Amino acid sequence: MLWYTGRRILQMIPVFFGATFLIYFMVFSLPGDPIAALYGDRPPAPGVIEQVRAQYNLDKPFIVQYLLYIGGLFQGDFGTTYSGRPVSDVMAQAFPITLRLATLALFFEAVFGIIVGLVAGLRKGKWFDASALVVSLLLISVPTFVIGFVLQFVFGIQLGWARTTVSSAAPYSELVLPAIVLASVSFAYIVRLTRASVADNLNADFVRTATAKGLSRRRVVSVHVLRNSLVPVVTFLGVDLGALMVGAIVTEGIFNINGVGGTVYRAVILGEGPTVVSFVAIMVIIFVVANLLVDLLYALLDPRIRYAK
Amino acid sequence: MKIKKLGLVAVALAAASALALSGCATDSGSGDGSTTGSTGSSTAIITTNGSEPQNPLLPANTTETGGGKITTSIFAGLVSYTADGAIENEVAKSIESDDATNWTVTLNDGWKFTNGEPVDAASFVDAWKYAALFSNAQSASYFFDNIVGFSYDADTELTGLKIVDDKTFTVELAAPEADWPLRLGYTAYMPIPKAGLADMEAFGQNPIGNGPYKLASDKAWVHEEKIDLITNPDYKGVRTPANGGLTIIFYPTLEAAYADAQGGNLDVLDGVPDSAFQTFETDFPERNANQAAAIFQAFNIPEYIAHFSGEEGQLRRHAISMSINRDEITDVIFQGTRTPATDYTSPVINGWTDKLKGADVLAYNPEEAKKVWAEADKISPFEGEFTIAYNSDGGHQAWVEAVTNSIANTLGITAAGKPYPTFAAMLDDRKNQTLTGGVRAGWQGDYPSMYNFLAPLYQTGAGSNYEGYTSPEFDGLLKEGSNAKTIEDATAKYQAAQEVLLSDLATVPLWYSNVVGVWSDQVDNVVFGWDSVPLYSQITKK
Repeated sequence: MLWYTGRRILQMIPVFFGATFLIYFMVFSLPGDPIAALYGDRPPAPGVIEQVRAQYNLDKPFIVQYLLYIGGLFQGDFGTTYSGRPVSDVMAQAFPITLRLATLALFFEAVFGIIVGLVAGLRKGKWFDASALVVSLLLISVPTFVIGFVLQFVFGIQLGWARTTVSSAAPYSELVLPAIVLASVSFAYIVRLTRASVADNLNADFVRTATAKGLSRRRVVSVHVLRNSLVPVVTFLGVDLGALMVGAIVTEGIFNINGVGGTVYRAVILGEGPTVVSFVAIMVIIFVVANLLVDLLYALLDPRIRYAK
Repeated sequence: MKIKKLGLVAVALAAASALALSGCATDSGSGDGSTTGSTGSSTAIITTNGSEPQNPLLPANTTETGGGKITTSIFAGLVSYTADGAIENEVAKSIESDDATNWTVTLNDGWKFTNGEPVDAASFVDAWKYAALFSNAQSASYFFDNIVGFSYDADTELTGLKIVDDKTFTVELAAPEADWPLRLGYTAYMPIPKAGLADMEAFGQNPIGNGPYKLASDKAWVHEEKIDLITNPDYKGVRTPANGGLTIIFYPTLEAAYADAQGGNLDVLDGVPDSAFQTFETDFPERNANQAAAIFQAFNIPEYIAHFSGEEGQLRRHAISMSINRDEITDVIFQGTRTPATDYTSPVINGWTDKLKGADVLAYNPEEAKKVWAEADKISPFEGEFTIAYNSDGGHQAWVEAVTNSIANTLGITAAGKPYPTFAAMLDDRKNQTLTGGVRAGWQGDYPSMYNFLAPLYQTGAGSNYEGYTSPEFDGLLKEGSNAKTIEDATAKYQAAQEVLLSDLATVPLWYSNVVGVWSDQVDNVVFGWDSVPLYSQITKK
């Protein structure tokens, strides 16, 4: 187990370099001169752009730019944005907020998704199951920004229960509404995933055996059915943590949250290589760690899955 | 080693989460609510929208609106602008010249920066020299190009600036310019204290000004989020605040800002998202503004496009312009938040007119358009498609489609928009002159002068003249205008220069953007200036 974990962590190194190199190359290949575009219809005096380009190493070949960036990285320097801010400052500001938002969303979708899915699976074909299916279908088919604007209008503007947008401190209490919006689609998937899995396992041999042994219904459901049903759900949640952090662009825009999604989006539009790559590098690490946790959780959930050596 | 900080933050989150969840929702952004009387509170903080400044807050490196509204609030220049674009003296006691070339600037007594330094002649002269110096790479350096000693490509001293005494300095221009003082309210001309010039990096994050407001603390600028300004008790100018300060909240989208205004979290909003064009007047009854602003919008048709040069090209340009139903498009697409263009400036600029010779090409005239297009076809038949390029990250798609539809329907040709993903991508083709059709263009005035709407865009070789328009006649008239001894003479020349533009029609004027703003029932006296920015100092809170 320890060996397995160590090997997985070592795998992060090539993944990290491969991902940053690819992303840096993609941002570098974006059409247009980002510095010229910064000034819009109002270009500065000739010569000013060249000086600013040189300042950000944009006048050098791609590979030199990348190596300079990586070199800086090893000295703890993530580069600067085109507005002159250290990228590390931008990350220290954006990641905690998005992490809070994503955690809250993950919490909502996991807890409510599994409960609703479990109940629906246990009462397959009954009214609760039917309405859960209809609601989840609705959530999947309605775009996130529609849900966002509707909830913002109803709870923020009409009822005044929540702030229309999130303040700069972004405490958990203000993030509840955006987290619900962000969680909505994944919630629907988790309901369906859990329901199908539970319904499947209810007919499995080990459940019949457990019931025949005279175990209580409660124990059969919680230990045998639910535990086995959670394997696909946990897989989904692991991947979803990463998706939530990037996919928050729409939600963050609606609620004016200054998080990772919006920052990466703006940085891509501006062609800010160091910002995009630094953010993506952290996301890669989060993804890899989340997947590792998922794999380790498998062993706990299903004793048949063990990692050799 | 900031990454360590990140880790710590993540670890601390678990603990913080429990606290935050159990704590009550604190309403931090709604001002101090100290008084509820009808006279208005002179200590209340006004909240308004903005966007993260693109650069550190150096006056001569701030040429975009997000940083501009902050720098005009924390600095006071020689003059400032009234709502309708006239100038009023601030630090200047007088700005005088006999020949429009040699200017003498006398300063008022008693002005000081918020760090206690006096505002004297050196505060201006040193700041301007810094701004103009080539290697300082300030984006507004070209604003000093008419001062003797300026160079575009080497470090030279602005020898045209001379300090006479503490309160007086002289400016020698390279060529006469009758309306030179009109420029001086623009941010590029703001004074900088010695402490600032000594450490421009620190100054850019925490500027020391002399304006009606100052930064609330050295942490007042929360990047990407907001900036807190409070009144400057030492301010001596004409913009004395009737409120206690400003919190400018940065929004990436107008939608979020509009929702905040509706939800009562934002006092003043100087824009309205497209989706609310139809409803903002009923959402904010008696609390909205919709007036022409100093923003000109158009599209350019480069000379190098096939069928668009020479006599044939001129006929086609005229036909295309006359086939656009500007009234209908501003009405339907923009819900009346644009004003159809009648010249190349803006109705808020002194000298604007709808009486220019040749301005009839801006009126919808389908019969004439078809006739002129047919004449051009006799010279050489038009084949293919007429396109208008635009950057799709800027919300231009709707009007480009409407304009190309109008052209297609009138002339019976195929016409369509040509989207580029980003402004940078479009700029490449514009600079390399490899466009395949028309291209959207726009200009927001820096200072309220006709010259600022004409010279940077259409003069041969000018900075924003990407499509390479050139006309010796236009250049000559522009020069005569800027050399004129009086503003009246200058205006006449600038209008004649625009008649050349209307005849050549390299740029097809479309409309002037309106400033559309709304405000909450908590504030009064909201007036929008010529530059679309509310006159913050006048706003009072109930």
